[in-house]
Formats: sequence, structure tokens, C-alpha cells
Amino acid sequence: MTGSPAVMAPADGPVAGAAPGPRPRRRRGVPQSLLGLAGLAALVVLVEILPRIGVLPREYFPPSSEIGRALADLVQTSEFWTSVGDTLQGWALGLAIASVAGVVLGILIGGSRFTREFTASTIEFLRPIPSVALIPIAVLLFGTDIESKLLLVVYASFWQVLIQVLYGVQDIDPVAQDTARAYGLGRWARVRYLTWPTALPYVMTGLRLAAAVALILAVTAELVIGNPGLGKLLATAQSSGAYATTYAIVVVTGILGVLVNLAFRAVERWSLSWHPSQRGELVV
Amino acid sequence: MSIVRRLGLTFGLPIILLAAWWFASANSTDFFFPPLSEILTALKDEWFGPRLLADVVPSVLRLLAGYAVAVVVAVTLGVVIGTSRTVRATLEPVLEFFRAIPPPVLVPIFLLLFGIGDGMKIIVIAFGCMWPILLNTVEGVRAVDSVLSDTARTYRITGTARLRTLVLPAASPQIYAGLRQGLSVAIILMVISELFAASNGLGFAVVQAQRSFAIAETWAGMLMLGLLGFLLAMLFKLVENRQLAWYHGLRRAQRSS
Amino acid sequence: MLDVRGIKKVYEGKGRTVEAVRDLTFTVDQGEMVCIVGPSGSGKTTLLKIMSGLLDPTAGEVLIEGKKVDGPPPGMAVVFQEYGRSLFPWMTVRENVELPLKQKKLPNARRKELVDESLSAVGLAEAHTAYPWQLSGGMQQRVAIARAVAYEPQVLLMDEPFAAVDAQTRADLEDLIRDIWHRFQVTTLFVTHDIDEAVYLGQRVLILSSSPTVVRQDLAIDLPDERDQLNTRSSPRFAELRAQVYSQIHRPKADAAEPVGAGATAVDGGASGYGAAPDLP
Repeated sequence: MTGSPAVMAPADGPVAGAAPGPRPRRRRGVPQSLLGLAGLAALVVLVEILPRIGVLPREYFPPSSEIGRALADLVQTSEFWTSVGDTLQGWALGLAIASVAGVVLGILIGGSRFTREFTASTIEFLRPIPSVALIPIAVLLFGTDIESKLLLVVYASFWQVLIQVLYGVQDIDPVAQDTARAYGLGRWARVRYLTWPTALPYVMTGLRLAAAVALILAVTAELVIGNPGLGKLLATAQSSGAYATTYAIVVVTGILGVLVNLAFRAVERWSLSWHPSQRGELVV
Repeated sequence: MSIVRRLGLTFGLPIILLAAWWFASANSTDFFFPPLSEILTALKDEWFGPRLLADVVPSVLRLLAGYAVAVVVAVTLGVVIGTSRTVRATLEPVLEFFRAIPPPVLVPIFLLLFGIGDGMKIIVIAFGCMWPILLNTVEGVRAVDSVLSDTARTYRITGTARLRTLVLPAASPQIYAGLRQGLSVAIILMVISELFAASNGLGFAVVQAQRSFAIAETWAGMLMLGLLGFLLAMLFKLVENRQLAWYHGLRRAQRSS
Repeated sequence: MLDVRGIKKVYEGKGRTVEAVRDLTFTVDQGEMVCIVGPSGSGKTTLLKIMSGLLDPTAGEVLIEGKKVDGPPPGMAVVFQEYGRSLFPWMTVRENVELPLKQKKLPNARRKELVDESLSAVGLAEAHTAYPWQLSGGMQQRVAIARAVAYEPQVLLMDEPFAAVDAQTRADLEDLIRDIWHRFQVTTLFVTHDIDEAVYLGQRVLILSSSPTVVRQDLAIDLPDERDQLNTRSSPRFAELRAQVYSQIHRPKADAAEPVGAGATAVDGGASGYGAAPDLP
């Protein structure tokens, strides 16, 4: 969910004008990836030692070796993989619904100045409503069926997509817009050849943000409402005193989150490199 | 734009939506969808009545406390990490991992470690919402413009003066982006932390209402949460617009050129 | 005053090294106005960064009044080409000019005096409450110049300060620089890739080769001190000096490793061509 508003050129970018050949290369003794691995290793060691020497309560905070063992046991159970599947199913389904709705509504609303201004206040009001506010209603209406999970996931991730699409649609070059009109391109053709390509990188950014939020809400729903999935597995493990397993599941959710982030970042970078215009990301 | 047109644009759709809800639900006998009038009565009598002091205020105080801790810790750490390339490269994967953990899963864990008191809830909020702030600060500090940085160096602006006049302002658009993400995480955690173990609070009270099938009150609680989220977002925007006035002006200037 | 001795800079990359500056030695006297001109990609910016202490040389040293430069020295101000990026966008014009003075711990009254004086010297007395991004490019560069002047530097370094402004603004700013140099008697080093600009502004022009850089020629500009855009630029002497600088820059290197094929043909034609038509501006 990081954003980099393009306030100024990046620090390591080439100096415009008379830069002498290549800029000074980064001088480093150790490659960055190695340092990163060292950081992760240090975390593992720290979690191993701190509970053992009593800085952290051993009873509730197992050292990393125990968490690792619990994780190894966990991945051999079918229950675990079913849970992962359930979580990913809710995530993917919710994300898909939110994305389609966000893109379609975004293009419709963003298409004209009137619809943009007419909906602005409503969007401004609905967007900050925390999705967890829907939990009681979701439980009342759907119980632990997948719909309650989807309601939370869709609501939370929808705004991420919609807002980015709205930014993207507004980014259309007015000259290009006039050109398209002058050549008699119809409404649909303008959306197809002008609006969509302009908005695409924004859509990708929206998708990345939405994907992260969707995963959070999927797990949250399972944890709080009790829909099947990793969140429920975690709640069960915690309440039955299997603390090492609880931590192992937390690690798994973190890894899932990292994977989702990496995958969508790659897709986003691809869409950016494909796209001619470089732009600053808008964070909302 | 004329005032009438502006008012129409701002309030048109909300009024239409509310009216639609009002009339569609007016004679509702559906147990789960009570008339809006009942919901609003419950909102006034309960949430703006005794529950305001008993539940809403404690929730908001915990939220603010946790958020404040997160801001101080995350910005400080972010500046330190963002300044050194080595520290950044070492910690980045760890930070990315922590950020990727869905914050609500921390609640059951922190429950074990810190008990069920206010302290636990504040820690949960602080710990959960500090990652977006931290990572954005790191990114903002890292990306301080090279020419500005050289300018500061040639005028021998160093140490805390450099931090105050260069690094923090330059990173502030990024920091605010992180603060905004952090705020929405904080609200989520405020509610979630009260669902597990609490004797008061907004989240606690809404779930109580839901469990006792006080439907109108549940809907009203949802509205209350929405209202709180909206108000905090407005407040945030107010502060941000003041602090980042230069940035928005700069962006406009860059776009029109 | 400013002593540059045997400066060499080699950039170490992954698997390849680039020698940006080979061997540069020159001196600048107190109160002098010296222009450094070289083709794009000669180590002009590298040299300037080394002189301002922003970059360490691979070999050689820079001395200011006999003191070795290691890190940005006091009493030196730099005006960068990227005016849009060298001003603090979160500060007003006035705050931008005042910031280095605060850092110098000057008393309030003196700060105000210096800020007012330098802003009016660049013709921006009215604009001090504006933010830099509310100004045009030329005005932003004026602010940067005012900031440098208010700092009361012993040495003023300018790195292609007018490369990114339009032609008319550029002419105005050139005259502004001459004016400021006269008024404040500050030792000024002006880096540019524009031959006309170098000849027009300087008392001396240092002509650099393309990378790896050496000094081609140290040329005294014997134009009268009183210069103006119209008469100076159309004088025969100006054209001669300009042609001389041109031919030096485009002369192929002695150690033929340098691929200046295009330049080599341009030398004879170019130099004699300009010589034959001295009236061309």
C-alpha cells in the first residue's frame, strides 16, 4: 500500500543536462538482497532467543523453532490447505466483484463532469466508513455463509478501485479527447481507445491496493464472524491453547500478504512499462 | 458555480438516497430491515444518549492513544531507517512482512500477551497501524530530491535543522499518505479489539446489540461507526490540507505547465 | 583564491569504470568572473560538485584561500540548473532566502536587511510572500540567485543556471549576473555549455575538452567591462572570441581515442565560417 507521489524527480535519477556519463554507481560491499536475508534471519534468531531468556513470556510466545515445527505440522494437514483455499476463494471472488464494479462505475461516473460532481459528496461520505462496521449486519443477514465475508471484502476493496479509476479517467488528455470527437469516434469507441488505455495504469494501482485490503478483510471476517478459512483456524488454535500453531498461522497470513503484494506489484509494473505515460501514483 | 448549483450537487444524491431508504423501509415488516425512522430514533436515543459517554468516548480515546503512539514511533523509526541505505536494505523485507500480516490477527495474540485491558487495545491499534506510516515515511525520506539535498549541503544545513527544514517537509506528502492509511487501520482495530474482550466501547456495544437481536440499534451502531469514520477522515483532511497546501499547489502548478 | 590542482574523477561502476575528469588544474583570483565552457558530457557538473565539496575527487585537491575543500566549505554558494528542484517548495520565497542565514546564526535585523537587499537586487522585492512554484522558471532562478547572494559568499558557483529558461529570460538573467557580480564583487564561477554565454559573461573562459576532461585553453576575454546584449554580441571581437572557443571545443583530441568525427569536420568549416562572417550574432 505504499505510494510515491511524484513530487520531485527521484533522488537517484540522472541529473538533467550535463551529467558526466553514468552517475556514480551505488557503492556497496554486500548486495541488498543479502542484507534483506540477514534482516529476516535476525528476526528469526530474535524470536528464538527472547522467549528463551524470558524477555517475552515463553508460555504465550513460543520461540521460532517451535513456531517452525508447528508450521511444518500444519502444512501436512488437509484442514490447513482447505482453510487456505477458503480464504483465497473469498479473497479472489470479493476482489473480482469489487474490481468489476469499481471499474464500470468509475468509468460511468468519471465520464462526465456532472456525474463526478453529483456523486462526490456521497463517495466522500461512504468511503471512510470502516468496513468492520458492516460486521453486525453481515452476521445478521448471512451468518457464517460466504456472503458475509464477501460483503466485507467487496465493500472495503471496491473504494480502492473506484477512486483510482476516477483519478485515471480524469487524467485523459483533453486534446486527445477533442481529437477523438473531431474524428467522430462514438461513445463506446472513445471508452475503448481513449478512456481505458489512459486509466489502465491507475486501474492496476487500484487493483494492487484492493488486493491487499481484500486479503485483510477476508481473514478478518473469518476471525470475527467465523467463516471457514485461515482466520477461523487461527481463532480455533488460539482458544484451544495451541499457541505455536496460532503464531504459525499468523506467519502464513503474512506470507500470503507478501505474495499478493509482490504479484500485483509485478502486474502493475508491467502495465506501467507498457504504458507510454509515466505518472505519479496517487495514494488514497 | 452558483451556490444553488453547488448545494444541489453536494446534497442532491445523499438526500435522494436517504429519501429512498426512508420510503422503501417506511412500512417494512422485515425483521432485519426496520424502518429508517426507527434506526434514527435508536441512533438518537442510544448512541447520542447514554452510550455516547459510556461506549463511544472510551473507544475514541483508545483509538487516539494508539494512533498517537504509532505516529511518533513510526515516523521516528522511518526517518532513521530511511536515512541509511544499509539499514533500509536490511529491514525492508522484515517490514514488508509485518505490514502484510492482516492486523486483526494480532488481536488474539496480543490478548495472550497483554491481557484484556485498555493497554492491550491501545497496543493493538498502535502496532497494527504503524506499518503503513513507517513504510511510507521510509519511502518519503529515501526519495528526498537530490538537488534539494545538495542545496542544503552547500548551505551547510545539517543535523536537526536539516531534519526540520528538509527531510520531514520533503517526506511529508508520503508521510501523510501513510498516516491516512494508518488511520483507517486504526479504526478497524479499534472495533476488532473490542469484539474479543471488552466491557465497553463502540465495537463491543454494536455486537451486544446484534447478539440480542436489537436490530434497529445494530443498524444505528453501524451508522454511528460510519459517522465516526467520516468525521475522523474530515478532520484528517483539514489538517492535511493545511500542512500540505504547498504540495497541492506545487502539483497543480506542475500539471498545468 | 580558488585553486584547483590536478583534479581527477573516476566513477567506479559494476564491471566498468568511467573516467569523467582526467586532469584539471586552474586558479581563480579574488573577485574574478570565470566561465567554464565545455561540450555536453564533459565533466562540468562533476567538476562543480567537486569544487563545492559535494563530491570527492579521485585525485587532486581544491583549495579555497589555501584551505583544502573536504565537504561543502563555508562561504560558498551554489546555484543549480534545476531551479524547480533547488528551492524548498514548502517555504515562501523569503523563507528560502533566509534559511541559510538562519543557519549562519545571523541576528534578525541583519537577516532582514540581507534578504531585502538581495531580493531587490534580483528584482523580486514584491514577490517575497509567494511560493516558488507560483513563479515562472526565470523568477525561480532569480530567487535561487538571491539566496546565493544573501549568503554573502566568497565564491559563487553556478552550474548551467540558465540552461532551462527561455531565450529572452536568459538574456535578462545574464545581465543580472553581470550586474550582481559588479555590485557585490564576488568571485564567480559560471559553468555553461553555451559558448556565447561564456564569452558574454566572463573575464576569462576555461575551455574544457569532452570527457575525460582536461583544460583545452584558458582564454582571457578582452571585451570592455561594460557589456550589453545588443552591442557586445554584435561586435567583431566578440565573434572572434566566440569562434576561437568554438574551434577549441570541436578540435579533435590529440590522443585520438576520442570519437569526435562530427566535430572534426566542423572544426575547419565552422571556425573559418564564423571568421568570415563576424557580424553574425
